[in-house]
Amino acid sequence: MLLLTCPYCGVEADETELSPGGEAHLKRFGPGASDEDFEAYLFLRDNPKGVHLERWRHANGCGKWFLAARCTSTLEVFGTYPAQTTRPPEDVLEAIRAKRPGWEMPA
Amino acid sequence: MSDIATALGGARSQGSSSVSEAPMQGMITLRGNLADPALVAAVTGLTGAAMPSTRQITQGEGGSLGWMSPDELLILVPHQGVTDAVRDLSATLKDQHALVCNVSDARAVFTLSGPTAREVLAKLCPVDLAPGQFEAGELRRTRVAQVAAAFWVDAQGDFTLICFRSVAQYVFNLLTEAALPGGEVGVFA
Repeated sequence: MLLLTCPYCGVEADETELSPGGEAHLKRFGPGASDEDFEAYLFLRDNPKGVHLERWRHANGCGKWFLAARCTSTLEVFGTYPAQTTRPPEDVLEAIRAKRPGWEMPA
Repeated sequence: MSDIATALGGARSQGSSSVSEAPMQGMITLRGNLADPALVAAVTGLTGAAMPSTRQITQGEGGSLGWMSPDELLILVPHQGVTDAVRDLSATLKDQHALVCNVSDARAVFTLSGPTAREVLAKLCPVDLAPGQFEAGELRRTRVAQVAAAFWVDAQGDFTLICFRSVAQYVFNLLTEAALPGGEVGVFA
């Protein structure tokens, strides 16, 4: 069972109280972008075994979207943080690097 | 003018704890900047309750204030005063990016009281309801089995639970079943 702490209301929420939103930190390509960029933005997603940055919504709680860093194979959670950011905060990055040396943020 | 009716007509069941549908409760959803002084003054003036901090519910002479999310407040007032309260709040906040909405008729309210009230809810919600972990003054939005709900507990240990009116019968049945005699777990005893 996955437990994520919502950074907005502070609840340590059970997975069943949340709804998943897929990969985080996507860069939007809209009007004027090349077809390749637009396709990648719409459809192409990483599917890593290991550290993954994800979007989650506290659907049955405060209703807010937030971001989480977790490991897809061990379900270890490195940290959660508000969604109003384009990259994870330093303390979350530190927590990931401490447990997974050599990990690099995906481009 | 139609008669005002609650979803289940005040349904009641008695098991190891009693479940009863509460009378009509005036309920207002307020969305806006909860740090704004004018907004704080308006809602605390209306209810006499202090501004609640994260996940708290506060009580005053004229009603209660519950923290629902970083930009949402639940205002509980007597049902007969809800229309006036919405009009006054809307007028006070008309220059702000805020929403005031009367949701009294969209909700159902249940009261759960008895020695097993905590474990009845714990059977249905993914929430740590152990004494000391969940106490009076806290408002918890979560799910009850398959539907969204919110609840709080008072100093006497009685729980108040709100859910959408459309699922009132479902929630009443869930609570009744979880409180059936013989189903006591005694985990918080």
